[in-house]
Parts: sequence; structure tokens; C-alpha cells
Amino acid sequence: MTQQVRAIVISGNGTNCEREVANACMLAGADVADIVHISRLLAGEVNLNDYHFLNFAGGFLDGDDLGSAKAGANRLRHAQVANSEQTLADQILEFVASGKLVMGVCNGFQLMVKMGLLPALDGDQRQNTTLTFNDGGRFEDRWTYLKVDTDSPCVFTRGLEGIYLPVRHGEGKFVTESDTLLQQLEDHHLSVLKYCEADYQNITMEYPLNPNGSTAAVAGLCDQTGRIFGLMPHPEAYVHRTHHPRWTREELPEEGMGLWLYKNAITFIRENLL
Amino acid sequence: MASRTASRIVVALKDGVRDARGERVRREILEYLKINLDSVRTIDIYTVDSDLSDDELLAAAQGPFSDPVIQEFTVNQPLAEDFDLLIEVGFRPGVTDNAGRTAREAIQYLTGRCFADEEGVYTSVQYLLKGDLDKATAEKIAADFLANGLIQRWSIVSRDEFDVTKGLPAQPPRVVSSATPEIREIDLEVSDKELMQISRDGMLALNLEEMLEIKAFIADPEVQKKRAAAGVTSQLTDAELEALAQTWSEHCKHKIFSAKINYEDETGKKETIDSLFKTFIVGATRDIRAAKGDKDICLSVFKDNAGVIKFTDDWSMVYKVETHNSPSALDPYGGALTGIVGCNRDPFGTGRGARLIFNTDVFCFASPFYDKPLPPRLLHPRRIFDGVVEGVEHGGNKSGIPTVNGSLVFDDRFAGKPLVYCGCAALMPAQLHGRPGHEKKAQVGDHIVMVGGRVGKDGIHGATFSSEELNEDSPVTAVQIGDPITQRRMFDFLLITRDRGLYSAITDNGAGGLSSSVGEMAEDTGGFEMHLDRIPLKYAGLQPWEILISEAQERMTIAVPPEHLEEFLALSREMDVESTDLGTFTDSGYYHCLYEGKSATYLPMEFLHEGTPQMQIPAKWEIKTHTEPTVADLPSADEALETLLASLNICSKECVVRRYDHEVQGATVQKPLTGVDNDGPADGSVVRPLFDSFAGISTAHGICPRYSDIDTYHMMACAIDESLRNYVSVGGNVDHVAGLDNFCWCDPVESDRTPDGQYKAAQLVRANKALYDYCLAFGVPLISGKDSMKNDYRCANSIAPLSHSESRPAGWFDRLVS
Repeated sequence: MTQQVRAIVISGNGTNCEREVANACMLAGADVADIVHISRLLAGEVNLNDYHFLNFAGGFLDGDDLGSAKAGANRLRHAQVANSEQTLADQILEFVASGKLVMGVCNGFQLMVKMGLLPALDGDQRQNTTLTFNDGGRFEDRWTYLKVDTDSPCVFTRGLEGIYLPVRHGEGKFVTESDTLLQQLEDHHLSVLKYCEADYQNITMEYPLNPNGSTAAVAGLCDQTGRIFGLMPHPEAYVHRTHHPRWTREELPEEGMGLWLYKNAITFIRENLL
Repeated sequence: MASRTASRIVVALKDGVRDARGERVRREILEYLKINLDSVRTIDIYTVDSDLSDDELLAAAQGPFSDPVIQEFTVNQPLAEDFDLLIEVGFRPGVTDNAGRTAREAIQYLTGRCFADEEGVYTSVQYLLKGDLDKATAEKIAADFLANGLIQRWSIVSRDEFDVTKGLPAQPPRVVSSATPEIREIDLEVSDKELMQISRDGMLALNLEEMLEIKAFIADPEVQKKRAAAGVTSQLTDAELEALAQTWSEHCKHKIFSAKINYEDETGKKETIDSLFKTFIVGATRDIRAAKGDKDICLSVFKDNAGVIKFTDDWSMVYKVETHNSPSALDPYGGALTGIVGCNRDPFGTGRGARLIFNTDVFCFASPFYDKPLPPRLLHPRRIFDGVVEGVEHGGNKSGIPTVNGSLVFDDRFAGKPLVYCGCAALMPAQLHGRPGHEKKAQVGDHIVMVGGRVGKDGIHGATFSSEELNEDSPVTAVQIGDPITQRRMFDFLLITRDRGLYSAITDNGAGGLSSSVGEMAEDTGGFEMHLDRIPLKYAGLQPWEILISEAQERMTIAVPPEHLEEFLALSREMDVESTDLGTFTDSGYYHCLYEGKSATYLPMEFLHEGTPQMQIPAKWEIKTHTEPTVADLPSADEALETLLASLNICSKECVVRRYDHEVQGATVQKPLTGVDNDGPADGSVVRPLFDSFAGISTAHGICPRYSDIDTYHMMACAIDESLRNYVSVGGNVDHVAGLDNFCWCDPVESDRTPDGQYKAAQLVRANKALYDYCLAFGVPLISGKDSMKNDYRCANSIAPLSHSESRPAGWFDRLVS
């Protein structure tokens, strides 16, 4: 393998954010950020092993017709890769096991949760958490303040305390199958991003600061390795100050806060995977 | 024929899980119908019309169809309990069921087995109502709120009638048709009265003059000789008459904008205008381009699906605005959804294809609080409002296109017909494979390839239907539901084939279906030969003429050179997109369709495209006097301000704007909501569509329909002025700007039904005069537009419609200003 940081963004069947995710990867320092249509992976033309950083982009996989990302998760689980005994889900599990990074945003996060890639506590690959309809019953586009759990193993949020990002979803309410599981997630510091007030301190269940009624205000989740990460807000939508809704009236740094997550990923890859 | 046993997979929320959908329904039933229920809960039903094993059904139920954290499921057993009345709402046969399509695909992945054409999965929803209500009330809730009888059916069961062991029976909405496809011949050697009867019975919207022209054509001995030589029927076929009706429809031919208008102003001065379109719209652009000289930014105007202007050296910008008023009146959700995804295909199919970068929308409704009696078949404005907003939300969000700009305008005169404008912009490479990206030309020998969705009876007579005012017998087939995901897959595929240079031309299938798309593309070569029996159908039983003019959505027509056909079709299969080779473009001079080897149409291209006689419309302007309103005692300033802020046309529209994703694609740098709390309405929006450039596109619009009560000249002038002020206030460059004009008018042709037609025609003339004058004065060339000319609803107690126009500049500026 060359010394390149290689990112892949899977597209197709309703992904919508693949271009800006690839752009964020490149801005953060990736050498390659390929947008690959899922049909090429299923045809065996492209192999996940050639990449370090797998991105599931936002969108509406199969229209979210059976519940967000449900049909998409079903496809990854059951569609066979041509000339192979594997499904794409098998290849993704191999990718995860090999110490590489995965980030899912919005519909990508929903997909990871519904495939059981997250939280995968102690290797449990059942789907035991979900992202379901916002308490308001509606899709919403609004910017949210997010508090980072600084004790989290999450690779992507290293060094961060709070970030400001837009949410754009109708099914973002995080629910766990039990209170015990929720407590375990908290104990392991896996619920790494939480909706909070503008001070980045007080987490909140108050609408609209918490836009969907998420249990424990959870907006993002990682696994115990910290390498597998999903979040409802869109980091790729704030990589430059002109993305900020008030950039014309506030003094802001050139670089957007969402880019920090991608930079941490690229740094981790350079330090650990090359 | 169908000996299959259908099964029902039932999915409900677990106890203790909040049913946000049910809560919303309960709240809205109270608001709409003033019926106060104790509770509403919902259950999803998948009716699987395929012989699956019990294990397969179970695997589907616990896999893709349910969420183990919040839902429970059963197979062929009910989950409904603890209710007073149950209403189950599902689709009628043949109506697009997107979730059903996804469910079918999910089972195919799961079982590794393909469904046969006639197998399927259908979705329905059960509403479990608790409260003090009888069946008649439940019927009212179903008919007036939960379902739209045009596209949906429902059953109502009381707790006592409900079979607690079996639940409701599985009744898949199969399309059952015993029709055998045939080509019918039509005898036109009949009286004028009978000719008009043929037109009316067939929903053809052809007038007597046009029917006589067709009659003369088919009687022509030269035509007869050629038909005999080609082995074609001597009488006109049904497919030919339909093709002519479609091509000559107001919707496609813009007969009113092309008409000769004899206009008389208030002083009695007369003038003849030979086509409003050519005189004022094309004329304005021509004169502005000439004046701008080498600073002209127009690349392709008035000839393609959308207008194209220069953006950067490497990229050109495409913009189009459509209206979708009639379908949105009948089925607000489906109509608006189809409106936006249909509008998306226009810029996509411009030149040799363009990537969509933003949507815009403007809606005009009556007050959602309208409390006067409504005439038959009109939906309450509140249902129209909710349905349209949701339709455009799903259409834009699911397609991954940000909705960056729009307006809501309220006036009770829109109760007759709402106005739904959907706009879409796109980017195309300035140069593509050695020639400008905005140029396309089908070549003789190119294959006609249809890509995307399948053909059903949906939307048949949409083109002619929107050319008629609504009446109580409007056909169900005029309603359809868009499918953004099928379209998205098709677009993903087509952008790759565009970049590989696999086709010569592309256009969309909208109004008029293949008849229109293939017919128009064939003007490049001078003819085509298309096999209607090769076209993949959603279900059996379509007549050849129905296949030809069906407006089934999510389809593009592509001209693929023979040397690229194999690669094109192979990639299509790999990407799970359906593409079918239907025939070839020829230089035969004929619009030639065959069905199983027999000619279904054999019409000379020139008769089809130039045969329509020019309309003559009288127009007489008069200045109407209006009494000044008397203002009663003025309230206090505080009270006045609060009243104003609470009025429908001023109040915050944030609750609607937030439902549209306005930032997807990561390019929206001036968002529709602005201010210190991100909640103030922005004047316009700015999009920066290229990640490696700070070049931006700013977009805005103006609309002021109430001015039409006084003078449409100033209505148009104000709309242009407002749109430009909005444009400039977000940084738009007035030296690099283009406009789109969009007219929604009521019928301006004098007749028994429109006794004031001359005045309405004069209103149209005056709006166009202002369009010319003001665009010229501001230096704004017009690049594309749309006219919707029959925004009337006719019945005993007619609602006077508002004439209306919208103006929209689109432009460019060098750098974002900070």
C-alpha cells in the first residue's frame, strides 16, 4: 500500500451528500476521496480494502420508505458481491475489524445503527438502538449546538469540546432498547455528541435546541474503539465559514467546525494506519 | 389468472413507544374536522402479493419491514386492539406506491429471487380511533382527511365487527384488465357536431378548427396514396388522433401565447400582436442580447427544456420554472411531488444533461382558515396547503436538491385552483467532448432509448387535461405520484453516461410522454420508428395509444448512437436502472409507431409540428375604477403591528421553510433563513456550487397577484422590480443576470363560459408589454418561462380566479462579498 490516505464515500439508491463528504475529506488532508457507486462494489470492481476511511453519506436510502435506512441496511446485508461468497456487510465488518475508520452522517448514521455497526457494545451486532421519527413529527433543517464528551474514546472528536452543525432529518430521535443499554453507553462514554445550549455546556431536552427529542439528547455515537462513529448533524455542511448561517455578521475562522472531525480522522490514519 | 395467495405483514409500535404520526393525525382531525378523539394510533400493513414461504414472510417481517427496538410484527394476524373504529387506507389499483416498490425490492434481496411482473407488495395504513364516534363520522374522517378518494380506498371496521384472530383480509390492489391491445380506426367523415363529440369524449381538447384540419388531412388523396403504399390504415388511428391532440395541446403548443391578438386599449387605439411570445418575450431577449454585444450571457434560450446562461469559463448554468396547478388541486401531495420531480427533469434534460443544484418554489393558496362552503370536488385549502408543502418537501429532500428560495401567497380566490410553481437550476460543463454542453442533436440511426420508470395509465391526458378547466368529471388518470428514488437512480446513471459521451441527445418525458419527447427529438433527424410493444409496462392491458401518450414519471428519452448502445445498456443493468431500446431516429419524414409489427401511427412530421392553425384572440382593455377603501378608526400602533404580523401574507413562514432541506450539497451560502437567530426571511439566496471556486449564483423572485385587479401592466412591472431588488440585496450582479417569466392566467379566450375573455386577454397583453419594457430597461434577458392558461374552476358558484405572474432573476457574481 502506498503512503496515501484513502477515503471512500459510497453512493447510490438515494445518498445525497456524497460530493460534500468527499470534499470535506480532501479539505481535511486525504490524498484520495473516491465517490463509489454501490453497484461497483457489488460488481466487485472496487474493493473496500483499498481504503482507510469509509464514509456513509446522508440522503434518503430507498426513500427511507420502510423506515430510515431500513431497506438500505437490508441491501448491504443480503446483496451478494459478484464472484465472491461475501455480502457487502461482510466486507464492511472486515474493514472495521482491520482497525480502519468509519463515519456515518445522518442517513449514514441511521444505516450504521440499523445494521448493528453501532453501538456494537462488546461485539453485539444486533440492532439494539434506533433513530426514529422526531417528536415534532416533521423533517427539519436547523443548526444545533453539540457538546462533546471529552472522555469519549471517539477518534473523530479528539481535542474538541463543542461544535455547531446543522441537522436535516425527520427521523433523528435516538432510542435504546433498554435503560440498561443507555446507561452502558454513558458509562463507556460512547454517546459522544449531545444537543446542548449555545454555551456548549448544558445538554438539553428542550425543543428546538434538541430538535428531535433524542433520549439523553444523543446526537452522535461511537463504538468502544472510537473508530466507528455516527452522528445526525452534518459536519460536511460546515467546512468553510461561508457555510455558517451568520457568516456575514460574525467574525469567524476560515475553517468550519465540521472539518475538525475529518481532520482528526485523517490525522489518526496518518499516525496509525500508514 | 391470479391464483397466488396474498399475505399481510402487520407492523405496529411496541407498547410505550410514542406514536408521533398518530398524535399528529389526532391533532389535525381536531383542527380540520372539529372532531375530538381520545387517541389515534397507527399500524403499517404490507400486503405481499406473491407466494412466499412462511419462513420468507417471517424473515421479511423481522428484517427490513420492522425495527426491533420500537416495533413488533405479525404475519397474517392482526395487531390492532383497544380501538372503537379502525380505518385502513391503501392505494387504488395502479397508483404509484413507492414504499410498496421498496418493500418488493427488499424481499428480492432477502430471498435472492425476482418477483414476476404481476407480483408485488402494496402498503396501507391502519388508523385505530378511540373516542365517541359512529361509522358515519369515521367515513367523514376517511373521506375528508385520511384519504384522497381519487387515489386511495379505505375500509372501516368497528371493534365488534373486527375479527381478532384473522384481522382484515389481504386484498392487494391488483390492476385487472381484460382489454386486448388493438389499434382502432376512427371515421372522421362525420358532421362537425360529431367531430366535436369525438374530441370531447376522448378528452382531446381539440377545437372544431383543429378537428376539421385533421379531417382534411386524412381525406387528402396524396396522404391516402402514401398510407396505402406503406400498408397503413386509410382511416386515422386512435394513436394518431391522440398524438395530434397531445402535440397541439395548449400545454405543449402554447396556443394562446402564439395567437394573433387584436388589442384595443382604453382610448380605442388598436394594434395587432402576432404572438405575445415572439413579440414581447423572445423580442425582449433578442433586443437585450443585441445591446449587450460581447457581454451577452445567454447560451441557449427558448429552444430547450430550460434556458442556459454562462456561469464560469468551465460551467454553464441552466434554469427552469414549471407550474403544476391542476394535479395539485386534485391530489395536493402527489401533484406537488410530481411537480417538483418533473421540473427537475427539465434542466437535467437540457443540452446533453446537467447536474441539479437547487430548487425553488412559490405557492398560492386560499386561506387555510377558509370557512365558506366549497363547490364540489374542491379540497379544503388547508388540505391543499399541507399536501403541497409535504409533496415538495419529499420531492426536494429525497432528491438531494436544496430548496433555497420561495414564497407563500394567500388569497381566497386561489380556492378554485392553487398555484404551484416549482423551479430548478442546474450546472453543465461549458464544453463536453469537444462541443458546447448545451448543444444536442439526435442523429439518423441513433437508437431511441427510454430510461427510468415503467409505463402505466398514470397521467394519461395530463397535457390536454391541464389545458381544460377543472370540472366535476376530471379523470382519475390525470393524477400521479412522483418517485424521487427511481429518478435519482436514473440521474446517477445518466450523468455517468453523459461524461462517457454515450449519447447524442437527451430529453425528459413529461406532459405528452413519449409522443412528445420522441416526437420533438425526431425533429433533429426528420422522423422516427418506434415499437410501442417493446415498452416495459407497470401492468398489462394498456392500449398502444395509451403507451404512446402515458405521462408515467421518472423517464428520460435518450438518443444513443448504435456504437454505444451495448455499453449504455450494460451499465444500465449494472446500476439497476431500466433502459429499453425502442427503435431508431430516421429521416423518413414520418412519425411512425408500430405495435407488434402493425403501424399505429404514420403521420408526416411537418403536419404534426406545423399543422396547428394560429388562434385569433380579441382583447379590449378598460380601466376599472375602484373605490378607495374606507378605513375605520385606526387601532393603536401596537395593535396594528400585531394584526399585520399575524396576517397570512406577512406572518413568519419558518415552519414551512425548515421542512425543506436548504443546505444539502454544501453550497448554500446565503440561506433562506437569516438574522441573529437564523429565523428571519432572506430576500434571496446564494449558492456556491463549485467546491474549488467562489463563484456564486444568487436567486430571488417577485410576485404580486393582487395588482392584477387594477392593472396587470404594473403587476408585471412590480414583480420584475421586486425580484431584482431581492436579487441585488443578496449581492447579485445586475450586469450578469437573466430572468424567467411565469404566467398563471385564467382563460383569456372569450366564449360562453368566459364572457369577459376580451378583458382577460387585454390583461395578458398588458402584462407582456410590461415584461418587455421593464426587462429592456433593466437589461434582463428572459431565458425560459412557463404559461399555465386555464386556472379556472367552473361550477355553479364559480370562484373568480386571480391572474398572476411571477418573475425570477438568476444571475452570477464574481466573489462572495464579506
